[in-house]
Amino acid sequence: MNSPGVTIDRDVKTDELVINMGPQHPSTHGVLRVILKTDGEICLDAQPEIGYLHRCAEKIAENLVYGQFVPYTDRMDYVSGMGCNLGYCLAVEQIAGIQAPLRAEYLRIIVTELNRIASHLLAFGTYGIDTGAITPFLYGFREREMILDLLEMLCGARLTYSYIRIGGVDGDVPPGFIDKLREFIDIFPGKIREYNKLLTFNHIFMKRTTGIGVLSPETAIAYGVTGPNLRGSGVRRDVRRDEPYSVYPKLEFDVPVGTTQHGGPLGDAWNRYYIRMKELEESTKILKQCVEQMPQGPIMAEKVGRVKPPAKTEGYMRSENARGELGFYVVSDGTMQPVRVKVRAPSFSNISVLPEIVRGQMLADVVAIIGSLDIVLGEIDR
Amino acid sequence: MNELANFLPTVLSRSGLTVPSALIPVLAMFLCASIMAAFMGLSAAVLVWAERKLAGHFQCRLGPVYVGGKFGWLQSIADGIKLLLKEDIIPDQADRPLFRLAPYPVVIGVLLAFIAVPFSEKLMVTDFNIGVFFILAVLTVEVFGVILAGWASNNKWALLGAMRAAVQMVSYEIPMGLAILPVVVMAQSLSLKTIVAAQSGGALHWFVFQPPFFMAVSFLIFFIAGLASLKRAPFDLPEAESELTAGFHTEYSGMRFSFFFMAEYAGMLLVSAVASALYLGGWHGILPGQESVWWFLAKTGFLIFVMIWIRWTLPRLRIDQIVYVGWKVLTPFVLACVVGQSLWATLR
Repeated sequence: MNSPGVTIDRDVKTDELVINMGPQHPSTHGVLRVILKTDGEICLDAQPEIGYLHRCAEKIAENLVYGQFVPYTDRMDYVSGMGCNLGYCLAVEQIAGIQAPLRAEYLRIIVTELNRIASHLLAFGTYGIDTGAITPFLYGFREREMILDLLEMLCGARLTYSYIRIGGVDGDVPPGFIDKLREFIDIFPGKIREYNKLLTFNHIFMKRTTGIGVLSPETAIAYGVTGPNLRGSGVRRDVRRDEPYSVYPKLEFDVPVGTTQHGGPLGDAWNRYYIRMKELEESTKILKQCVEQMPQGPIMAEKVGRVKPPAKTEGYMRSENARGELGFYVVSDGTMQPVRVKVRAPSFSNISVLPEIVRGQMLADVVAIIGSLDIVLGEIDR
Repeated sequence: MNELANFLPTVLSRSGLTVPSALIPVLAMFLCASIMAAFMGLSAAVLVWAERKLAGHFQCRLGPVYVGGKFGWLQSIADGIKLLLKEDIIPDQADRPLFRLAPYPVVIGVLLAFIAVPFSEKLMVTDFNIGVFFILAVLTVEVFGVILAGWASNNKWALLGAMRAAVQMVSYEIPMGLAILPVVVMAQSLSLKTIVAAQSGGALHWFVFQPPFFMAVSFLIFFIAGLASLKRAPFDLPEAESELTAGFHTEYSGMRFSFFFMAEYAGMLLVSAVASALYLGGWHGILPGQESVWWFLAKTGFLIFVMIWIRWTLPRLRIDQIVYVGWKVLTPFVLACVVGQSLWATLR
């Protein structure tokens, strides 16, 4: 890599090659298309092209009653659907003045944190594949399977849950659920150590990911990057801590940020990846506290029935999903259908930073950088 | 092969066939070639199955279980039939003759190299006096096929894969060739048979355990460079699936694809076999006096297991790292080994 300020005069000029990466490519994590301009193995420019998965979700919302839009939010960030459910329901509850009962709030946090773990495990596994190690994927899926089983016990679905409803949750925990959850919380820290041994501190893996795709805190903030990607750049920003919603004020957890202890700069691909591994531990802590603190009681607010927020009210609710700050902006005109629903999807901002951090890296690094941003195309296009 | 040629007339006369004596060597050649080809095909099939099965168990799953009873041992036969029956697609804008030609050099290189592999004292096709050199030389033919395939496919990913293959080959042929020299210095011969014969008398006489351990280092280097020349993980850049979809064989399908596939597995067998002949005593057992082809196969099998193990554990290197490791790590070390072993041999 050339150090800045040093220019090399080349006698022989090589042709630039424009390569179309995607929309069908093994490591674009969905139907993302990246137009790469390369000089041999060095990537000069990368422009992400989105829109292949656009389903007009926001427009659909305008023609549905409030409650019916919940299943569509599942299909935005389909890797952590619970977080999307929660974000939307909180936004509607805010403008409709509904308060979910305490037990429901705890259940919501349990499922979103479980889903966050599942999502980070997927990110861990696919990142392994992106860098050429296939086995971590299967290791991650082993534990993800336990989570999906738990969520299936709860609501019957394994990917698109619609478990969180406006005013509460769909149903109380079935018998045996809490025991299985406790079992998972007990074994999971050991599994995280296993992942770290297998991939995180693997010499080749660290060499591949350290110092590439460096995202400075200023650039990250300028582009609106949030979530683990922002925290990997050393900015301690987490909606769960800064503007706590639901029962997060009662829970203790750390917000891990990027380090330079691994020998690389802040905000490189390894940092972004490692934040997710740290968050696995934090989410396990949250789960543990939730299981201990969860009270008995109803799981649905009374008289929710037909959600009809007052006319000319609008509300914006932000929540911390697995990929960053997920915002729902809901405008009501007093009818049973929203006038406008706007989603602020974290992946959309996160992918926009790609051209900034890809320039001058090797072709293999492009894959490693896209993987480290951990995007979900369903959320970007909606 | 010569022994077979001597032996053939007796067999033929017993079975009542008369063959002109001039044809006997030709017949022997054909027999040897078909035995080797069948052996290679069969071992590739077994290795594919073994890799899938092992990978399954490394990854907390079962691997193939259905085809052929309990352990799915017929899986690769089923795969082979599937590949045979598949449509052979040639892309519209591809360079058709080159595209068709490309798989053959890949297979031929590996097949030819098997001629010089000593399975046991008697069981080898022929004992070249330059056996090791021959194997290295014909193995290089493979990369021509790979570059041709990448170029002829008219696919940018394939082209990138081919370029990577070329870079990798240039970087790793040299340490691989040099790694053999300490053994040649020790055995005073390039013939694989003589090299193995020099290691008789139990495990302590294997070259890998010979003080001052220059050969142990060169064994490691040979193995690593061998992995790189086979394009096995962590050096599988030319076909890095997460980066280049499938690299140089992206556009290949059906039987042409399976040629690349077969060559990779036969190559694994070849590199392991050569490594166990050069450094691990070939057909000699652990205790003095033990001599059998099974020892040779066991050692080869162990090395193949290590290759599979490495593949399903490690991430992939980047192209600049590959070149760095090849030129700045392996080559200096192997040169030191060559010089050290030569000095040791002269001074002793």
